Amino acid sequence: MKHKTFFWFVFPSAVAMLLFIALPIVSVIIQSVHVAHEQVVVTVENCGPFGCTEATMIDQEATEELRREKPLGQFAGLETYFDRGHLATTEVAAAWRVSESWGEFGGYLMNLPFYKAMGFTLAYTFIVTPLTIILGFMIAVAVNSVTRRVRGPLIFFSLLPMIVTPLVGSLILYWMIDARGIIGTALQMLVGDPTLSVKASTPLTWIMLMVYGVWHSAPFAFIVYYAGLQTVNQDTLESAMIDGANRWERIRYVVLPHLMPLTTFIALIQLMDNFRVFEPIVSFSASAHATSLSWAIYNDLGGETRQLSSAAATSVLTIIGVAILLSPVLVRTWRDFNRKAA
Amino acid sequence: MKMWKSATLATALAVLNGTSVMAACGLDAGRVSIVGNEFPAIQTVAAGAAACAGGGVEVEANLTADHQKINVAGMQGNPAEYTSAIIANSSIVALINEDVIRPLDDLIAEHGQDIPRNQLITVDGKVMAVAFMANAQHLVYRKDVLEQIGVEPPRTYEELLAAAEMIREQGIMENPVGGPYQAGWNLAQEFTNMYLGHGGQFYEPGTAQVSINNEQGIATLNMLKALTEYMNPDFLTHDSNATSAEWEAGNVALMNMWGSRTGVLMDDEGSAEVVYSNTMVGAPMTVGGGLTPASTLWWDGWTVAKNISDEDAVATFIALKNGISPQILNDETMGQAVWMIEGYEPAPVNEGVVSAIQMGTTPYPMLPYHGLLHTALGDNLADFLQGKESAEQALMDIEAAYTAAAREKGFLQ
Repeated sequence: MKHKTFFWFVFPSAVAMLLFIALPIVSVIIQSVHVAHEQVVVTVENCGPFGCTEATMIDQEATEELRREKPLGQFAGLETYFDRGHLATTEVAAAWRVSESWGEFGGYLMNLPFYKAMGFTLAYTFIVTPLTIILGFMIAVAVNSVTRRVRGPLIFFSLLPMIVTPLVGSLILYWMIDARGIIGTALQMLVGDPTLSVKASTPLTWIMLMVYGVWHSAPFAFIVYYAGLQTVNQDTLESAMIDGANRWERIRYVVLPHLMPLTTFIALIQLMDNFRVFEPIVSFSASAHATSLSWAIYNDLGGETRQLSSAAATSVLTIIGVAILLSPVLVRTWRDFNRKAA
Repeated sequence: MKMWKSATLATALAVLNGTSVMAACGLDAGRVSIVGNEFPAIQTVAAGAAACAGGGVEVEANLTADHQKINVAGMQGNPAEYTSAIIANSSIVALINEDVIRPLDDLIAEHGQDIPRNQLITVDGKVMAVAFMANAQHLVYRKDVLEQIGVEPPRTYEELLAAAEMIREQGIMENPVGGPYQAGWNLAQEFTNMYLGHGGQFYEPGTAQVSINNEQGIATLNMLKALTEYMNPDFLTHDSNATSAEWEAGNVALMNMWGSRTGVLMDDEGSAEVVYSNTMVGAPMTVGGGLTPASTLWWDGWTVAKNISDEDAVATFIALKNGISPQILNDETMGQAVWMIEGYEPAPVNEGVVSAIQMGTTPYPMLPYHGLLHTALGDNLADFLQGKESAEQALMDIEAAYTAAAREKGFLQ
């Protein structure tokens, strides 16, 4: 392609990416290195239907002047990144000094909001992603081997979990696993414990969130693999059959290598998605048991007093986390590219 | 979320009243756009304001449970999207902090001389909001269950625990106590109630320095934990709505619940006859031998945005004044809230809030940094209630989380 053609071809999407992705990220970074002005607080008398009380309020006139001079607030550098709500360097160092074992240190870490969120986020990412890929592949192989007539409806039903809005899907599951719901009661009967409650137990809540995650994203892996299965070379498959390969051997030595690039693609997308796990925590009201980085951002912005800088710092840390997570795959793609170019 | 173009509604109301609404409001131009929480009493007020629509006057309302997440942003622009936010004593603080609402003194002098003085919320001598209803959490109990165990309605949390034990022992209910203990805002509110009931102070006097890691704080946490022993094990996922559902399902006999939500529990919709006909409200309870109830008093009121034209401000003021005029009270709306409006007669369902006021319950604190403490409380209580950490550790965590947030917002250095 000529350079000029190429330029005009990518120009619209480059502009869109600059406007809607790059600029917001820059603004988030700027926000995260600033904190609010030192508040000028005055003592006033507040009166209402229940009488008068002494209270404090922000002196708006004084604050307005500060804001006019520096609309962004005070420059704080990386202070927010290292405070207790984020990397908590002071607290972690203190915990390291007093801990006598790794377990104790881990306990201290899990008591800090960022590491608690990170703990669940990473567990979720590394458990849900492989399970999604395996389940998606199994569904794809199964659907691909049934007769053509029922494939259409089967594909539709297999895609349903992805079609259902995440919030609605998780709410439905939430009521089903209630102690009086169909799954909750079934579990109680299964283990013979009538007081068992999924929502009241941290390990069970984690499992429930991960089951939901796999259920919700397996269709994505399925549809990608299903498309890939249509391109498997039939001649190779036939010659493998003639060589005496059974069904498992054909999948292992012919189909899987053929689908490897797709696996990389699904893994990339799923790692990114799962690292930003959010909706199930909100709709399962699971924040007492599991929090994630995205949930922390939401929580900062949802209070009566919005903590913009804190939310911005967590956002930047999330971006860095995604970058680290994807780096092995990206490095490999880059090497492949260079090898081809050479 | 409920949004309506109020022209149709206004027409409907005009037909009902059989009078010209234009004459009632006396407006000929202006834009009125209301944002607020969604419960029956606020819907009534918004509908009353919408009666002023017509001619050159536009009235819109966006009532949603997520109002706090959008009202500041919706009033920061110039001109502001919302000309009025309906708020309570906690949420007005965020609007004052961000300087998005205007003092109402001029508008009152010109158009609101007839608003009773006690409805005016003044901050530093300036009227910032007009209150129209009071709210509080108080006891809700099942008469039949208490009669069965032969106990009077509890007046203290200690009595409530004793009654709960009897109900469980006699096999009437497994988990007789209810309450909105969902991790987050709800749970923080329960701590606030109980801590004030124990006579606790949230801050070192005259500063934004938090101090809850004390005897009262520990007593508060232990009482909350004692209550949860008698609750459905899923209590950390139950907000007010889920708790109400538990009540209507007949699983609960005693709970601390919002006055504004009791009407729904006592009507014949959504529950069996034995449940709704035996649902009674009582006064808020005290705890630990204290005299002030372990509850907080709330008012709901309306404000007028700062960044709007004077014409829109006048229209907003007059429309909302119309929304809280005595004409909005009828058989249906009377029991929706403890109205501060002339002609209001308390219904039995409102007795809980009325006694909360009479007993001198503490109003929810109106401090610029208290929202940060509420968030910190909501995030850090669950571990203790699940038995994962000690009370002292939980209180230390709350103080540390608050301090980090208050530093970021410039309240502490």
